[in-house]
Amino acid sequence: MARVQLRDLCGARSGDKGDVSDVALFADDEAAYEAVREAVTADRVKAHFGSLVRGPVERYEARNVLALKFVLHEALGGGAPRSLRSDNLGKTHGAALLRMWVDVPDDVAKAGRRRRAPVERG
Amino acid sequence: MAVRLGGGQGFYGDGLDPVADLLDAGVDYLVCEALAELTLAILQKDRQRDEALGYTRDLPAYVQLAVDVLVDGRTKLVTNAGGINPVAAGRAVIDALRSKGATGLTVATVVGDDVRPLGAQLGLPADALFASAYLGARPIVDALGMGADVVVTGRVADASLFVAPLVHELGWAWDDWDRLAAGVVTGHLLECSGQVTGGNYSGPWWENPDPVRVAFPIAECEEDGSAVITKPKGTGGMVTFDTVREQLLYEVHDPAAYLNPDVVADFTSLTLTDEGDDRVRVTGTKGRPAPATYKGLVCTPAGWAGEARFAYSWPDAEAKARAAVRFLRERARRAGLAVDEWHEEYFGVNAYGGPTVDAVSDEPPEVIGRLAWRASDPAIVAAVGRGSGVRGLSGPPTISGTGRGRNGGPTQLLSVEPFFVDRAVVDARVRVDVEVV
Repeated sequence: MARVQLRDLCGARSGDKGDVSDVALFADDEAAYEAVREAVTADRVKAHFGSLVRGPVERYEARNVLALKFVLHEALGGGAPRSLRSDNLGKTHGAALLRMWVDVPDDVAKAGRRRRAPVERG
Repeated sequence: MAVRLGGGQGFYGDGLDPVADLLDAGVDYLVCEALAELTLAILQKDRQRDEALGYTRDLPAYVQLAVDVLVDGRTKLVTNAGGINPVAAGRAVIDALRSKGATGLTVATVVGDDVRPLGAQLGLPADALFASAYLGARPIVDALGMGADVVVTGRVADASLFVAPLVHELGWAWDDWDRLAAGVVTGHLLECSGQVTGGNYSGPWWENPDPVRVAFPIAECEEDGSAVITKPKGTGGMVTFDTVREQLLYEVHDPAAYLNPDVVADFTSLTLTDEGDDRVRVTGTKGRPAPATYKGLVCTPAGWAGEARFAYSWPDAEAKARAAVRFLRERARRAGLAVDEWHEEYFGVNAYGGPTVDAVSDEPPEVIGRLAWRASDPAIVAAVGRGSGVRGLSGPPTISGTGRGRNGGPTQLLSVEPFFVDRAVVDARVRVDVEVV
């Protein structure tokens, strides 16, 4: 097993419904999907988000698109028009989840090396 | 013959250039989805100022852009831009058409999503500012059946705006769950405009061709419910397995049971096939009977918010920003100001110091501390904020500006909560008004 950050295995997108933040992880291939499915449980996600998420976390699987869905309750400071947060829509929660470190099989860790965006400084 | 749907809008304030590209490429229906939950709250604030508002005010721009293809019958326009005032939105459409000299067009307005008059019966809060039920595709199908060229609605479910033209054109039955579910998938993929064509893509987003002009999507929809998601030739952005799957699961909660007013769609049942050349085929979607209730949203006042930002340069930027935030909180406490909630945030990369910033430092080059607070009384909110100015000369060193935007005065907060309502109660109130321009 090897320790990698989820950003090297997955993409992510997130959005809101009321005070619920809705986060999806998209694995790059079957092996990464299996490894992430094993490692990223609802409990781990709940612990990862800490004080950002006050309610429970549910996980759903969408194997057809190699994705996991996490539904984070009481996660947006009361919902967008009521929230004091800058990110009142939870748009950054996908990225926040990609910060998680996970233990995965060595071959998955070796294959999973997502490219970084070039920084174009003017 | 496939029905071509164009996803012309993903939110209130979306771009217009990609809509022109859709119309040039040719679509049978231009579908503009204007309403997020937050949008309804924004429209409520508009309507509090002026009873004639409450719809998305960029609606006339879409109508004017599409007027030629509406008049020659190539394209019909379907939109939920009516927000919480579809009647006013219908008037705005008619005015926009007249301003362009268009005649012979039929404009249909769908009303009845507003259930605030039933508030007591439904057990909604007495101080509700609006209460809207998410309608399905049926009233839009009725409107299209009456020959509408433009259909304006209030709170119709996003995907249903797209399901309606498919039901109308392809003759799908209201208990044909698989086809209705397939229509919901198509609609869901198109409803956020550029988010399926490379926008907000979490993969190599920097490889989007022509990122300045990311296209809006087109769906080529077949009678069996399958569809190809694509985009106009020669535009920017991309349609790939990756961009489509990221949108597929956007804000859906349980992907095996996506609740729509007309069907429960199983997004885990379908297959995405990337055919290359910006074409992704969607097949095999399964559906189940519609929920017994409509979902609604009810909006109530939720106090007032204020905020202040304190920006400091290295060294010790975080310590300084935190000290400034502590100062304002402590000052409010000593003044006995009843703040119900505080929220702190700290931003910063390299606004100050330019090329002198050491990229490998373990200390942030700058920190912007943001303190937000909530109280029931806007006067208290304002009083808390008045404590921030003194930091300019009496706080830690290197405080700086953050551009010309000023820390604002009190902002009203609104609570928007879901509720569920019996379908028949709502359906009895739904009406389609038709006017020929």
